[in-house]
Amino acid sequence: MSNSERSMRTPLGRVRAHGASGEGTGHFIAQRVTSIALVLLAPWFVVSVALAVRDASYLAAIDWISDPVNAVGVILLVAIGLYHMSIGMQEVIVDYILKPSTKMILLFLNAAVPLVLAVGAIFAVLLVNFGV
Amino acid sequence: MAGAPSPHDRPIAPHVSIWRWHVTMASSILHRVTGVGLYGAAICLAIWLIAAALGPEPYGFVDAVLSAWYGQLAMYLVVASLAYHLANGIRHLVFDTGAGLTPADADTSAWFAILFALAAPIGLWALLTFGG
Repeated sequence: MSNSERSMRTPLGRVRAHGASGEGTGHFIAQRVTSIALVLLAPWFVVSVALAVRDASYLAAIDWISDPVNAVGVILLVAIGLYHMSIGMQEVIVDYILKPSTKMILLFLNAAVPLVLAVGAIFAVLLVNFGV
Repeated sequence: MAGAPSPHDRPIAPHVSIWRWHVTMASSILHRVTGVGLYGAAICLAIWLIAAALGPEPYGFVDAVLSAWYGQLAMYLVVASLAYHLANGIRHLVFDTGAGLTPADADTSAWFAILFALAAPIGLWALLTFGG
């Protein structure tokens, strides 16, 4: 700050990228874009699965996942839904967890667990459809 | 953060204990609570898909949990949470355009989201029992 009077940089140029996290609008926009997709995907999934797999039997579940439209829909739901929930939970963690070590561990888990689950679930849908 | 007091030294607004509960406050808190709850539901969705790919025996375990009273109760809460988060999420997308932000409009839409959350599981149950 001592040489700010002699600096050629504008005040905006000096503060840019020095916010709490260096960025922010990316997640803000992603959360809204994914929510628009989920407005369609989530109700479709609940009603479609509830009608098709009402007794929760194995064969009914396999039948439902084997339909190409359902397979594509549920892969989209898992990918977009888990991304949406990871952003949302990140916001909750940075709001409520003050201890830096705990916050860092939770942020790591919140990045890792949805990614692992999404890859596992998408692979499971492909396995049901294309088999071994 | 240089020179800023640590979080424990900062003055705290005496807000939670003295504020009258109003519906927009409840709707905001419910959005977070249902979002965190749906995190668990999404994990269960991934486990359901993975169990279906693993075969009848692992799926039988998931089926047993879903068919037990606590599984049925959890599914009721998941459908209610999803319905609430969906309705309130749409409400927030409308807010983002600048519409519906007057206290009267925000109160009305908050009540609508809460009532939708109560009605949606009953509607789904009715669809499964009497329709389709």
